[in-house]
Amino acid sequence: MVAAADPREAVVWAALDEIPDPEIPAISVVELGVIGGFAFERTTGGGERLTVDLLPTFVGCPAIDVMLEQVGERLRRLRLADEVAVRLTFAIPWTSDRISTEGREKLRASGFAPPGLSAIGAPSVPDGDLLNVVSVVNCPYCGSRNTTLENAFGPTLCRAIYHCADCRQPFEQFKAV
Amino acid sequence: MNEAPRDPSDETQNALAQLLMGIADDEFVIGFWDSEWTGIAPMLEEDVATSSISQDEIGHARALYELLAGLTGQDADAIAFGRAPEGYRHAALMNHPRTDWAFTIARRYLYETADAVRLEALSRSSYEPLAQLAAKMRREERYHLMHLDTWLRRLAADADAKARLASALRALWKDALAIFSPVPSEDLLVRGGELPEPMDSLRARWLEQVSAVLGDLGLPGPSPDDLAAGTEDGRTRRTDDFRWLHGEFTMVAASERGATW
Repeated sequence: MVAAADPREAVVWAALDEIPDPEIPAISVVELGVIGGFAFERTTGGGERLTVDLLPTFVGCPAIDVMLEQVGERLRRLRLADEVAVRLTFAIPWTSDRISTEGREKLRASGFAPPGLSAIGAPSVPDGDLLNVVSVVNCPYCGSRNTTLENAFGPTLCRAIYHCADCRQPFEQFKAV
Repeated sequence: MNEAPRDPSDETQNALAQLLMGIADDEFVIGFWDSEWTGIAPMLEEDVATSSISQDEIGHARALYELLAGLTGQDADAIAFGRAPEGYRHAALMNHPRTDWAFTIARRYLYETADAVRLEALSRSSYEPLAQLAAKMRREERYHLMHLDTWLRRLAADADAKARLASALRALWKDALAIFSPVPSEDLLVRGGELPEPMDSLRARWLEQVSAVLGDLGLPGPSPDDLAAGTEDGRTRRTDDFRWLHGEFTMVAASERGATW
């Protein structure tokens, strides 16, 4: 680990923030919250390794391999360490609450309803609460709450399909998990 | 993902590997069966939903095979696609073909509800990589539960559909109970906390929850014969239907072993 003042940290965050989500390119992997953290570590050979933790949004997300590759490739170009390692981890569970405020605004601007905050919460919350949660989604076009869930399963694992009764638009929501 | 467990004895490690393989194979095989609905589900929205749920399950299987591979030093793809049909350890529930829509919903309802009880227990596992993965999977599986609950009620509200649902449930109960077949050397896992509760106690909790819902809808629970049937071979029995599916899902891997792309 390095001290918090390491100037390289800001450089790494800025570089990561340039990488778009492969399935919803309107937001970056940083705004999506899939970067769990990173650290510069000494290797046994005396060099230095930059290790990044990547948190999958959905366990079966087919974009995971692309993200691993893009993060590794972008950080190697910075030449801040001898090696770059990107590893998947479930130690910090990704939840939709990890999407940043900027990320939510960018989702909305590109026609995606952002997920509700603390939508499901800790796994101790009874499963039955889910129906109440998914039914309150604002239309990203007109802001109306007069929307209905058409399908909890959309074109990718992380997207659900809604319909707005006021502006009569179908729209997608980034699913709350 | 592939961290080694905390210095377990070989026997505990083998038992843990058997537990992981059973769960991974459950998710893998039901994912492949239900992916057969892609393109031919009763309506377009359902086509997307079934395909998405199947993709989730196969993704969960992949993560579990990776954990298993970390324990045994094998390659996850080799475990998933390299075994003969008799080497798979899914519950007998997954030996059946998809059959009609009511049959698919009946099987998936039994599976999802059982999986929810199992995942809740595993999220308390002393084997941390498994506890973390189970906690993550639970967040996704809630959507499956909600979807299947909706379908169960919808089919139960129609006389013809309800009759088909009831007959599918009667045909499936015995094999569904096999989801909670004891794992070999299970006592070691329970003692070490890798499996926080015996399968028997998970089975009892699941039966209580599911019987209440089915009873309210006028749908059958397990018969005394189903409950009395032994579950020792619940994860080793194989059928010709499964052998056929195995031929389908290993076809590409078998055409060029070890190929990468």
